[in-house]
Amino acid sequence: MLENLFPIGADHYIVGGVLVGLGIAIPFVLTGTVAGVSTFFTAAWSYVCPGSFFQTNWYRISRGWRWFLTAGLISGGALYLLWSGSVEVTQIEWWRLLIGGMFVGIGARMSGGCTSGHGICGLAALEKVSLVATVTFLAVAIGVAHLTALII
Amino acid sequence: MIKFTMYLGGLLFGFGLAVAGATRPEIVLSFLQLQDYGLLLVIGGALVVSLIVFQGIPRALKKPPYGEYFDGHDGFPVTRQSIIGAVIFGVGWGFSGLCPATSLAAIGTGNWPILYGILGMFLGTLLYGRIRSTVEESESEGK
Repeated sequence: MLENLFPIGADHYIVGGVLVGLGIAIPFVLTGTVAGVSTFFTAAWSYVCPGSFFQTNWYRISRGWRWFLTAGLISGGALYLLWSGSVEVTQIEWWRLLIGGMFVGIGARMSGGCTSGHGICGLAALEKVSLVATVTFLAVAIGVAHLTALII
Repeated sequence: MIKFTMYLGGLLFGFGLAVAGATRPEIVLSFLQLQDYGLLLVIGGALVVSLIVFQGIPRALKKPPYGEYFDGHDGFPVTRQSIIGAVIFGVGWGFSGLCPATSLAAIGTGNWPILYGILGMFLGTLLYGRIRSTVEESESEGK
């Protein structure tokens, strides 16, 4: 039964998930701040884009520390590379990554969160909108992933 | 202090995603195609820890040691926009297996083609921000 649900094992998923939770917990406990990831992209544009949406206080105030969260995420990946010693390069076509990334960027900003912002932090803060968003993007992504596998 | 804690938190966050294999879109897609349910354990594990901390710590401490207050329950309303946004996000996630945190951590693991996904996220947020700015500015001129 378990081999059917988790064909490559379950332990590394649980360990990874708990580490992700601790990564979110540390800045919250020490500074009270919730670390959503997707806002980084708009916050980075706020340095160069004069439009009123980019210049919202929310982006201007938080953009300093968002670079550090992003640098931490990249460093965490690099730490794993040092530890495991092997590079895994995706075989997925570049245009799928590019187009998928565009939809992810638009959707996250429009709905106010991504997998971490809604799916972990928002749910942990008992936000109703995060529950609705998480169920919605999960259901849509499962459908689209099946369709994509059929077509491509 | 917030910058240091964010870097440290991001480090654990990114390392955890890489340990779980979530930095590889193939693993994410194997979950979304319902072949391997492991990603539920990743989200579930992270959620259990965050839930305990988000709900417990603000009750135990009056204020964070290096901050003014704990970000709490905002009570953002469920809007049509938040649902349409979640649908668009789901299309991108299901099509590519990428989300913002896993993509950034993937760059660190040396999974270089994910840079195309990061470029897409920059382009998508630029496009969305420009459209929203145009709408907001024309609305405020109309008042």
